[in-house]
Amino acid sequence: MPKLVEIKNLKKYFKTSRGMVHAVDGVTLDIKQGKTMGIVGESGCGKSTLGRILVHLEESTGGQIIFNNEDVTQLKKNDMKKFREHAQIIFQDPYSSLDPRYTVEDSIKESLMMSGKYNRAKALEKTQELMDLVGIAPRLRLAYPHELDGGRRQRVGIARALALDPEFIVCDEPVSALDVSIQAQILNLLKKLQQEQNLTYMFITHDLSVVKHISDDICVMYLGQLVETCSSKELFHRQYHPYTKALLSAIPSVNIRHKMNRIVLKGEITSPINPKPGCRFAARCNYACEKCHEPQKLMEVSPDHFVSCCRAKEINN
Amino acid sequence: MTDTMNIKKIEETMKAKKKSQVLEVMKRLSYNKGAVVGGILFLLVLLAAVFAPLLAPFDYAEINIQDRCMSPCLAHLFGTDQMGRDILSRALYGARYSMIIGIGSVVFSAVFGIIIGAIAGYYGGWLDNFIMRLCDIIQSIPGLILNIALACALGPGIFNIILALGIEGIAGTARLMRSSILNVRKMEYLDAARTSNCGNYRIILKHVFPNTFAPILVQSTMGVGSRIMLAASMSYVGIGVQPPTPEWGAMLADSRDFLMEYPYMCLIPGICIMVVVLALNLLGDGLRDALDPKLKK
Repeated sequence: MPKLVEIKNLKKYFKTSRGMVHAVDGVTLDIKQGKTMGIVGESGCGKSTLGRILVHLEESTGGQIIFNNEDVTQLKKNDMKKFREHAQIIFQDPYSSLDPRYTVEDSIKESLMMSGKYNRAKALEKTQELMDLVGIAPRLRLAYPHELDGGRRQRVGIARALALDPEFIVCDEPVSALDVSIQAQILNLLKKLQQEQNLTYMFITHDLSVVKHISDDICVMYLGQLVETCSSKELFHRQYHPYTKALLSAIPSVNIRHKMNRIVLKGEITSPINPKPGCRFAARCNYACEKCHEPQKLMEVSPDHFVSCCRAKEINN
Repeated sequence: MTDTMNIKKIEETMKAKKKSQVLEVMKRLSYNKGAVVGGILFLLVLLAAVFAPLLAPFDYAEINIQDRCMSPCLAHLFGTDQMGRDILSRALYGARYSMIIGIGSVVFSAVFGIIIGAIAGYYGGWLDNFIMRLCDIIQSIPGLILNIALACALGPGIFNIILALGIEGIAGTARLMRSSILNVRKMEYLDAARTSNCGNYRIILKHVFPNTFAPILVQSTMGVGSRIMLAASMSYVGIGVQPPTPEWGAMLADSRDFLMEYPYMCLIPGICIMVVVLALNLLGDGLRDALDPKLKK
């Protein structure tokens, strides 16, 4: 399977008055063509920042992004314009991602008009196609966002992301602001679009049931670092990293007879401001030892299953 | 049969044009009775101000001592003042000066307030702090006293009054603009616009400005009324417009000595000020509701 996106040792530090916040700290990750890479982690672990760096809404502090065998870490103005025809983003909150003074049509049309490839008539035609594709009735063409419900708004957001026919879409928690019934509709729409247009997704979420449903591969993040990555099936079957174990043990079970074996974490979350080298999870980890305070390497514990924990093998045998 | 009808229906919706937002706002405004009354009154005063030379039966400065302090009659509908000048003519010309002062000073503070507030809100950091502390200083001085101080320093004259009132208003407008910008700045649709390849200018002009504009417009509309009042009170204490210029406040000031014997002199300009301020407040209230895209009839 060819790789569409390769992320190498990507870093993003934010300067604050209290020091450097290491939002994303040395993430290395490959995203395969036509597949969905799920990024999970608790809030504040840098997963959204990672997604925003990939579509150049934030500039990285260090590391490299390779897209389709081209280095896109630093882009000039013209290259940026071209790059955005290949990579787009769907935002988390459909209530703030649509300009309240733009109609549905205007919002979708904007990127078409800005690309310079469409004249007015063609752009309108394409807008119609897009609305049809994501399932917005034509009569809502001139509706303003406040006249639509959350699901329809998110469909507009999806149509806007699809406008320039990108291959790669970052979905930044696209369903977390929606009702559960609507969530399913949007997830199925995203799946359908992926099959029809051979899209590659990076799906950011904190909802494990969502990520299980949609992802081919999963990457678990903790405080800006990659903790564990492997295929979705493998991860739900067998986890190596103590954090992943704790995370998955928190999924509620429907079966009342099945006794949940929740691993409850103790201790404070390490501050992402000027952190010490070594595993960020060590302060809360039951298995922490001396070695954990040294920088951790990503190890392949089984084919295509990477873990950044020096004790992964000991703990699991 | 039903198919062709459906296709026709769809074609019709395709052809529908986007409704102009200005027209939409006007339509929503027209549902609000208070705003309609306010708008019409304001329009009438504006027309009176523009066409004062045509409407006024006499010259506003023509002194006619033997006709002094006449009660309303056919020749002088609103009577005459202590120097025999026609009060109707003076009130009409007064509308001119009051409007110029009110609108001029509001435009002055809006232009500078928007620019300064936008800079503070958009760039943030020490610049924001610096600008806002300056605004604090200006706003911590009571408005009227600041106006009087500025007017005294600048000297009398219409332009100087506009300047004095305008400078005082910059701080408030800048603060309002800054808070609107801060509100809009965190919105994801600005990020979305960036991923749609919009440049900075387009984002500011097409996304940021339209979404911050409404509160400024409402505040400015209401501001015209309060500026007219302030200008009147400044003229009343004698540092505003100088005689014989018939500004409403100045007319009130002239009537001070005749309140008991001859009330028309103060009633007419007083009513004029009241009507304009009331009209603008009604209009401003209506605009605030009409400009909010979320409120629908």
